[in-house]
Amino acid sequence: MIKNASVSFLYKFIFAVLLLIGSFFLAMAFGAADTSVKDVWLAFTTYEAGETIDMIREIRLPREIGAVFVGAALSVAGAVMQGLTRNPLADPGLLGLTSGANAMLALVIALFPHANYFGMTIACFIGSAAGALLVFGIGAMKKGGFSPFRIVLAGAAVSAFLQAVADGISLLFKISKDVSMWTAGGLIGVSWKQLGVVVPFIVIGIMISFFFSRQLTIFSLNEEIAAGLGQKIPQIKTVLFIIIILLTGASVALVGNMAFIGLMVPHIVRPIAGADYRYILPLSAIFGASFLLIADTLGRTINAPYETPVAAIVAFLGLPFFLFIVQKRGKAII
Amino acid sequence: MIHPSVIKKQRRIMLVLLILNIAAIIAGLGLGTSSVSFNRLIPTILGQGTFKEEFVLFSIRLPRIIITLLAGMALAVSGAILQEISKNDLAEPGIIGINAGAGVAIAIFFLFFPIDSGLFVYFLPAVAFIGAFITAVFISFFSIDKKSGLNPNRLVLVGVGFSMALSGAMIVILSAAERQKVDFIAKWLAGNIWGADWPFIWAILPWMIIFLPFILVRSQRLNLLGLSDPVSIGIGLSIHKERIILLLSSVALASAAVSVTGSVAFIGLLAPHIARGLVGPRNQLYLPIAILLGGLLLTLADTIGRNIAASDAIPAGIVTALIGAPYFVYLLLKN
Repeated sequence: MIKNASVSFLYKFIFAVLLLIGSFFLAMAFGAADTSVKDVWLAFTTYEAGETIDMIREIRLPREIGAVFVGAALSVAGAVMQGLTRNPLADPGLLGLTSGANAMLALVIALFPHANYFGMTIACFIGSAAGALLVFGIGAMKKGGFSPFRIVLAGAAVSAFLQAVADGISLLFKISKDVSMWTAGGLIGVSWKQLGVVVPFIVIGIMISFFFSRQLTIFSLNEEIAAGLGQKIPQIKTVLFIIIILLTGASVALVGNMAFIGLMVPHIVRPIAGADYRYILPLSAIFGASFLLIADTLGRTINAPYETPVAAIVAFLGLPFFLFIVQKRGKAII
Repeated sequence: MIHPSVIKKQRRIMLVLLILNIAAIIAGLGLGTSSVSFNRLIPTILGQGTFKEEFVLFSIRLPRIIITLLAGMALAVSGAILQEISKNDLAEPGIIGINAGAGVAIAIFFLFFPIDSGLFVYFLPAVAFIGAFITAVFISFFSIDKKSGLNPNRLVLVGVGFSMALSGAMIVILSAAERQKVDFIAKWLAGNIWGADWPFIWAILPWMIIFLPFILVRSQRLNLLGLSDPVSIGIGLSIHKERIILLLSSVALASAAVSVTGSVAFIGLLAPHIARGLVGPRNQLYLPIAILLGGLLLTLADTIGRNIAASDAIPAGIVTALIGAPYFVYLLLKN
């Protein structure tokens, strides 16, 4: 039985990887500048130079690699959140993490205008941790905890608050432009240097999450059972929390706001992968990467040569999903 | 039968609020970057001011204060109605996406129509209403349970989803717009009182004159709606018709307000709640208080926002969010 499951998982995994490779080439080949599949191929396989090929190497390639890692990171973060809180509506964007990172970014830009990229990334970690602690802290203040519905409302309120803090700081210090470049920039202008800072965090976060996927599965079923099975609840919770912060903070540092993707992808993956997080997490990572690649390609081509921010496309696709989950799980959520 | 002492208390609170409102208006008139000092206010109003003083007072500050008063009142009533018909304390036009719906409609309107034409001001509340109305229809549709009718919690949850996605849609529209229009829409989103000129007052005033008294007259029916559905039906209230009429008025008030103030949230939450805390849940008693409070809160928020930073104003929407969001959390924890 177990063997069957892992064999069928292997097929699904291979399919997902193929999908990812396909979307990656699609993303590399389409865009405002005219490129052909041949150019892409040359850029990867040879040392040949040329305007188009350089463009692919220096602009499009880092950008799409950024999309891959951010898509994977946010999806895994969403999946871990959903498992940890047993809340089908959990998402880093909905529960105040990204707006926390925004507020912190605004503060750092205001106080230390010369902070380097590494410092900004650390600021994002601290900010998203603060946002998450606020939301979950509010949830924990109520006896018996909050229902998923109330957690989302608390998230909306905390987000509105932190967003107002971020806007206020940026207006006071006249740094709106710099801040919005960070928070609304999307994947525009992702450079190799930025990737070098952010990608290690994401890779480490995803690796640790895979390592703890078995515990996460038990957690997602029932906390009492987890305790009964001898799980060290506080330690595991802390580790999972740190994973969420690492992944979300790194993503915000690279692309700014991006809600709903962490909500959507795990829900798309679950019917395929089942309830076992050993399967959900890897598939979420790969599907999330493909999803963001495709969304970004859409954003670059819908209204070319102007860009439609990818965050907006994701948010727009996310709404039907959100409604669907609310409809399907109606009673349990509220 | 309402006990006379309660009515007396309500009158007293109304009086205090009126005085506070007047104080806020005077403070708002006297404070600002280009100063018209307080002791020059009365001479200027009587027509003895310099040209500059008159200009600042009558063309900049006075219309702005009237706008914030009217919009605050409208938002307060809109929130109160939403809370009554959804039987959910947390319902508020900003939270459940009505503001965002109005915003998207306005943004689209801006893309296709020139900003500078004089007539467009008067279309704005109507455009905002259409956007907000469509949003409200969708939100209601998705929050109706087959068995039990409108589900109050789901209404709020679906609304939060809508407001997120519509903000996303707004960014899409932004990205397609010209530079100058982008700045405008960005300011609108932050809740900057942008329509601070007399035409905007004339544009939203009719909506206020029609809908505010309309709601006050209906406050008894709102009381009945607050009861459980079978009881309301038993008393002889056609609850569906009543709900739709009230929802429409709520949407109309909120969209007229935000069409000129920008996306200001949480006033519709704060004002009715404070009012209920003061005089209890009877609509005929607390609605007038909520109206005065709404005007007061938004005027204060705007005056604070205008004066807190040396040169650049903080939009009123930010100030209300900083005050309103913690209050929202408090409500979440309380019930």
